[in-house]
Amino acid sequence: MELSLNIAVAAVAIAPFVAALAAPSVHRAFGAVSGWILALVPALIFLFLCSFIEPVAGGRPVSASLEWAPVHGLGLSFLIDGLSLTFALTISGIGAFILIYSGPYLKGHPHQGRFFAFLLMFMGAMLGLVLADSMVALYAFWELTTVTSFLLIGFDHTRQIARRAAIQAVVVTGIGGLALIAAAILLQRLTGSWELSGLGAIDLRAQAAYPVVLVLILIAAFTKSAQLPFQFWLPNAMEAPTPVSAFLHSATMVQGGVYLLARLNPALGGTAMWGTALVVFGGATLLWGGVSALRQTDLKQMLAHTTVASLGLLVLLIGVGTEVAITAAVLYFVAHALYKAALFLVVGIIDHETGTRDITALSGLRDSLTVTFIAAVLAGVSMIGLPPLIGYLAKEEMYAALLTGAWQPLLVLGVLILGNALLAGVALAVLIKPFMGVIVPLPKEPHEASIGLLAGPALFAILGIFAGFATSWVGAMIVAPAASAIAGASVEDHLVLSFSPLDPVFWLSVLTWLLGGLFYWKLEVIRTALRRGQTAVGWTFDKGFDALMFGLIRRSGAVTRAWHHGQLELYLVVLFGMFALAIIVPLWSLGGLPMLPDAVELTFYEWGVVLIAVIGVTTVVAARTRLFAILALGIQGFAVALLYLLFGAPDLSFTQFMVEILSVVILTLVMTRLRLDRQDLRPFEDLARDGGLALACGLGVTTLLFAVLQGSLDPRLSDFFNANSLAAAHGRNIVNVILVDFRGLDTLGEISVVMTAGIAILALIRGARKSRAPVVPDATPPRSRRSRSRAEATT
Amino acid sequence: MNTLIFRTIAPLLVVVMMVFSVFVMLRGHNEPGGGFIGGLIAASAIAIYGMAAGPSAVRRALKADPITFAGFGVVLAGLSGLLSLAFDVPFLTGLWVDLHLGDAKVPVSTPMIFDIGVYFVVFGTISAIALGLEDDEEQG
Repeated sequence: MELSLNIAVAAVAIAPFVAALAAPSVHRAFGAVSGWILALVPALIFLFLCSFIEPVAGGRPVSASLEWAPVHGLGLSFLIDGLSLTFALTISGIGAFILIYSGPYLKGHPHQGRFFAFLLMFMGAMLGLVLADSMVALYAFWELTTVTSFLLIGFDHTRQIARRAAIQAVVVTGIGGLALIAAAILLQRLTGSWELSGLGAIDLRAQAAYPVVLVLILIAAFTKSAQLPFQFWLPNAMEAPTPVSAFLHSATMVQGGVYLLARLNPALGGTAMWGTALVVFGGATLLWGGVSALRQTDLKQMLAHTTVASLGLLVLLIGVGTEVAITAAVLYFVAHALYKAALFLVVGIIDHETGTRDITALSGLRDSLTVTFIAAVLAGVSMIGLPPLIGYLAKEEMYAALLTGAWQPLLVLGVLILGNALLAGVALAVLIKPFMGVIVPLPKEPHEASIGLLAGPALFAILGIFAGFATSWVGAMIVAPAASAIAGASVEDHLVLSFSPLDPVFWLSVLTWLLGGLFYWKLEVIRTALRRGQTAVGWTFDKGFDALMFGLIRRSGAVTRAWHHGQLELYLVVLFGMFALAIIVPLWSLGGLPMLPDAVELTFYEWGVVLIAVIGVTTVVAARTRLFAILALGIQGFAVALLYLLFGAPDLSFTQFMVEILSVVILTLVMTRLRLDRQDLRPFEDLARDGGLALACGLGVTTLLFAVLQGSLDPRLSDFFNANSLAAAHGRNIVNVILVDFRGLDTLGEISVVMTAGIAILALIRGARKSRAPVVPDATPPRSRRSRSRAEATT
Repeated sequence: MNTLIFRTIAPLLVVVMMVFSVFVMLRGHNEPGGGFIGGLIAASAIAIYGMAAGPSAVRRALKADPITFAGFGVVLAGLSGLLSLAFDVPFLTGLWVDLHLGDAKVPVSTPMIFDIGVYFVVFGTISAIALGLEDDEEQG
């Protein structure tokens, strides 16, 4: 039972990856309908996760783990508590409809199967990220979301602008990944545990390293969740197809940073440093995003900037950190995921059906796209925060959290009201401008979208209303457990849907709506003013990023040119010179030189081997052509292999023989490729230098071997393997048992390196060939030969 | 190098070497041998065949690009380690099953699958390099 639960929970994160492997074949077999089929995977995950709602709400989080390397306390462990469950339900629920939507949206795209695969891979990574309890697993899934996001932003890889956006996103979020692994290692050093649930073992806030950990975590969270000053990558990421923008870059992936902050709030939160940093950066991002959204005319860009603002809002709320603020953050996360995904999908439909998403070019779509319009209104109303939608609840809750006497909360409250008003203004623009007004000619004649396109936005919009009415259920089952997990203490459910004129919070909402209406009314004026201001400043974060990147590339180029000058001889001189020094200097300075053995007694066949080696070496040195020298080097190697054989290392000797043969073959092939002179003519200075180095290296190795022989051999390792090889690993060949069993992980790493090196060498070989002569495709000769033979046969 | 004798003998030699490489790989757990050496022998067989028949003939005979074999090997070795997770033991723990084929008892294990992965990696990588270099020679 225990085992099957472990596997079932792990399967939540792994199943989408398996589905991703199958996605291209499913797409080949079923075409655009495959979206519905593939959506079964997240749908089943969603249903499976639903079975955890009640136990979790009852205060019993579920943990599951598969052991990985128990010696190091590493495991693939998962924790399902209120927080991870809320995120996981959002990811799988929205993900299912995104897959359905992608079917008709990218219908006929040559790489649609690949697109499904990327989406599913992302889904698995994101589910793993929010469910992971082990920080190593968290980091791995975190990086996987970065990679899949890169692939999805750059999906239209023929467009330069999409490639740039993808690279920008991977660079910015990649920095965060590095900060995250550093923070994870620090936390493990401090607490002795890789598990997130083990961080409470000591009071991290009292540690001297606390500020370092905090800064690293903030870098990770702020890059992922697009907080100032890293916010610029998110609007650029809108180059991705719209389902991706809806799923990754509003509802889920960008929430990864918010999730991280929420998850670590019990361990790291509550200090002045934490609160100040989160509230200041979150607040600044909220206002920045809201104002920038008003500047845009592209519907998708407007929504992207409001996503930046919403992320800032969530960070701010976590920074405030009171019970009510955290409840508001959870509510707002759910509300935002629902309405923003719906709105993005609506914009996708508009784009798909009309051929444009420029808000100034769109008008009068309410009759041709009626269902879309209704979904847009419901989602937009939730974004504005009108009762009884879930967005209203979230807004009331966050105002209530800050309505206290002191001046700092009141200042934050002012920021919140202004931010929400900006968002409301944008929402009004998005749901009124394209749909109302006169009917105008558009690039394409608009028709109502198909069911696959409408299912997602319609359902998300309806869920927004449902959540508003089913307040007590949502509050008790979803919000309170999640808030408890973030607060690290039990949070009571207190949600009620009320709008009484006596409550000051209600009047703050009214103020927000009025301000929002004002922003909408003066939209054109504000936009013109903002654009003029932008031109006057002339500098953007985006340009700053470019300047930084190009500077980095230039500097790296300079460093590389200084060290990689391209003179092989010099490289080798440096390498072997260092090698000789590294052997001789420690020997000399630490232990002194070893004694020479008195007399050497060799049997006649041992003398034979020595003779072969000497002949090999002399021939290498004396050889007149290069080819001859290579072959002679092989003889020398064979002598070494014979030595291994004589002294009881048949495995080593066997390998040495094969390596020698292949080295000779490959060296010969390389020599013929390079078309070098047959002979190696060098001036005397070069000969003296190279010869001196060779002698130094040889002497060094010989002395080292003598020194080793004089020391006493520690037999512990060989005794262990002798005793355990057959008993524990069922093998008599100790060398092989070590390779494939005792140190299997090392071997796994080594063969990965071998494969990677092989790919790199292939690239080198092919690159060199391309630059020298264009390859003539040899597809035609066989055909002509066949037709000729057929011609002969007929005559 | 490309004499008639060599061209005639090479295919026979290659067959023997390939079979021998598999033999060496499988005996590795108890006798000298193993995936690494087996892979090297198989790769030299490919190199010989390439010299005799030309790299394009070898590529046709292999069906897939040699580097694909290397990738397959890494995946195979990784999967053999992951198999242990299904039995709730740490990653890469050796699992053994005895197959009874008639009177013979054949032990099958995840380290063996792992070793087959190593074989494919070494075979694929070295063959890819050798064939890549031979390609160029052919085009001159």
